Amino acid sequence: MDKSKSTLAAPGGKPSAVPKSPDPHHDPRAPVSIHDMTVAYHRKPVLWDIDYAASEGRLVGIVGPNGAGKSTLIKACLDLVPKASGSVHIYGKPYKKQRKIVGYVPQRESIDWDFPASAIDVVTMGLYGRIPWCLPPRKKHRELALHALEQVGMADLARRQISKLSGGQQQRVFLARALVQDAAIYFMDEPFAGVDAATEAAIVALLNELKARGKTVLVVHHDLQTVREYFDDVLLLNMRIVACGPTKEVFTHENLQKTYGGKLTLLVEAAEAIARSGQGGP
Amino acid sequence: MMWTIGDTYVALVGAMSAAACALLGNYLVLRKMSLMGDAISHAVLPGIVMAFLMTGSRGIGAIVVGAVIVGILTALFTQAITRFGKVEEGAAMGVVFTILFAIGLILIRQQADHVDLDPQCVLFGNIENIHVIAASGDIPQPAINLAVVLLLDALFVTLLYKQLKISALDPALATSIGINADVMHYALMVMVALTAVASFEAVGSILVIAMLIVPAVTAHLLTDRLPVMIALSVVLAGVAAFLARAYNVVAPELLGPGLQADTSAIMAVIAGGFLLLTIVFAPERGLISRGIHRIRLIVRILQEDILGRLYRQAEAGTAASAAPLAKGDLRIAGGSIFQRWALFRLRSRQFVRPVKSESGRSVVVLTDKGLARAARLVRSHRLWESYLAQHSDLPLDHLHMPAERVEHFISPEMGERIQEGLSEADLDPHGREIPPRPGDARRP
Repeated sequence: MDKSKSTLAAPGGKPSAVPKSPDPHHDPRAPVSIHDMTVAYHRKPVLWDIDYAASEGRLVGIVGPNGAGKSTLIKACLDLVPKASGSVHIYGKPYKKQRKIVGYVPQRESIDWDFPASAIDVVTMGLYGRIPWCLPPRKKHRELALHALEQVGMADLARRQISKLSGGQQQRVFLARALVQDAAIYFMDEPFAGVDAATEAAIVALLNELKARGKTVLVVHHDLQTVREYFDDVLLLNMRIVACGPTKEVFTHENLQKTYGGKLTLLVEAAEAIARSGQGGP
Repeated sequence: MMWTIGDTYVALVGAMSAAACALLGNYLVLRKMSLMGDAISHAVLPGIVMAFLMTGSRGIGAIVVGAVIVGILTALFTQAITRFGKVEEGAAMGVVFTILFAIGLILIRQQADHVDLDPQCVLFGNIENIHVIAASGDIPQPAINLAVVLLLDALFVTLLYKQLKISALDPALATSIGINADVMHYALMVMVALTAVASFEAVGSILVIAMLIVPAVTAHLLTDRLPVMIALSVVLAGVAAFLARAYNVVAPELLGPGLQADTSAIMAVIAGGFLLLTIVFAPERGLISRGIHRIRLIVRILQEDILGRLYRQAEAGTAASAAPLAKGDLRIAGGSIFQRWALFRLRSRQFVRPVKSESGRSVVVLTDKGLARAARLVRSHRLWESYLAQHSDLPLDHLHMPAERVEHFISPEMGERIQEGLSEADLDPHGREIPPRPGDARRP
């Protein structure tokens, strides 16, 4: 809630701000800094020239229309989709070296809920990176997982098979799993999609709890009504960054119109031309 | 005929092969890649033949190397065709494995002079031969090979349990915490190729597919826990092998010699039988238990419809408690058997009681208990109508049917929440009173 991060919030931390940075394009103090990133699916660019630096301890909403590349932005940061160009640093180091401090909450539909696993099994998976190879989870890991389930109000359903949970409960299992990871930065892909009011409230409480602990959370969000209420910062995205910064300043009618209304036809046309040339080419 | 040491070896070889396949099959099934097992088990054939041709030996080492290389090539080819041919993965696999298998068959025919293999044995295995070897006092080579492969598979699924589980459920999370899901994918494929090679001498390349998939699918229907699923699939596979051999020992004597068949084929049939039984009788996902569940729901809805109807008649009539209703009037949706059962249930639960009407007909009326239950239902129905009217701009005549469907599933808590969201909740959109929640005094 303080104002000190305004320098960091500027897109693409400038090298002059921190002279000792090993990579002049990335501010080592920024939880996430993205430099000149372009992402393409089948040669068709879906994200263009993204420059962004998040500020520590903020809840950031990533907002934009369908097909704006919101999920892709997160996945590219986590190396889950290849980048055509550019780089992403987490606290000044490439993501590969910082995996342990990054938590990820994928979209709920991304996994098969018929899998024979209970809620606590799924939460414990968040700790797999910390359990030595070839060894099963220990009692302390189960306890951590149970504690995380408690935090999202799901302790009594810990042993239930995941397909027997409601959509909201499944989402909470995902959040509990992110919690046990005890990361410094969280990427969440539409955690509010299709959940009931109780879960929505639980998620908001959790986001604030994470923020109070100094974590930075980037959330793909669809509901424009709640953006002001939930997020400190907002990143308006439509294939490129339309605007980003404190919600109060950036989440304006004018910027929203730029994000959601037209003006992007040129970008789309260019992307399709590139895709076509790829198909026709070698 | 007596069970001999030869029979034990045949059953053991079958069981080890089936168990090894089942162990890995769990992950193929859970990853929805059953077809990949099919593809690999066929595609290893040219690898085996080429290994023969190049090394000139039947050594297990050479065969394994050849088969593993081809197995990995299959996976890579499939991905390449999927990506560049722009076809779905299933189609790509179909193309790759049939072509590779065909190449293998051609190689066997072309090089028949150099290769000690015949297509028959490749397809269906040669498990009966083990009986002959064992009878001569030697330990059959396939038994040793399979024991080694089974041990490797068991180590693979226990030591890498976490990695396999997380890569199967959520590859993105696995990768994001440093467990490379692609590496696990190829490791699994290598183990499947290895197992297919070791098994095909015993049970043939076609039955390998059955053993990869069938026990795992059966186990998945029976449990919600992965360790239990894996253990069950192995037990089912082993039991199928021993039962198959036992059948071959007993059946010719009891039922006539014509009924003897390939042990491996009978194994697959028995495994299929287990699956069939499970589909029908499984405690939760079986057809019978799902059917019972469905019938219970139908009868519950019928009971509730009867209660609602009696309530509305009571409301329309002058009687303060409940108006009589002829049994014959109760023609609500559903079969008449279910309807009679619903009425019987209502009577035994003392929601309604039978009386003689003035005209002498046998009818039922609501008891006090039934009235309370019926009020709750009608309350759900009318609350839902009000909710729809206020929040979805439906015309009045569009409100009844959706409420008719939803009324059976609205819990008292949900009813409270609906009422909170309504501006005035005493009357429904048609102007009828919404019954108050139980315990509340009726509004004046």
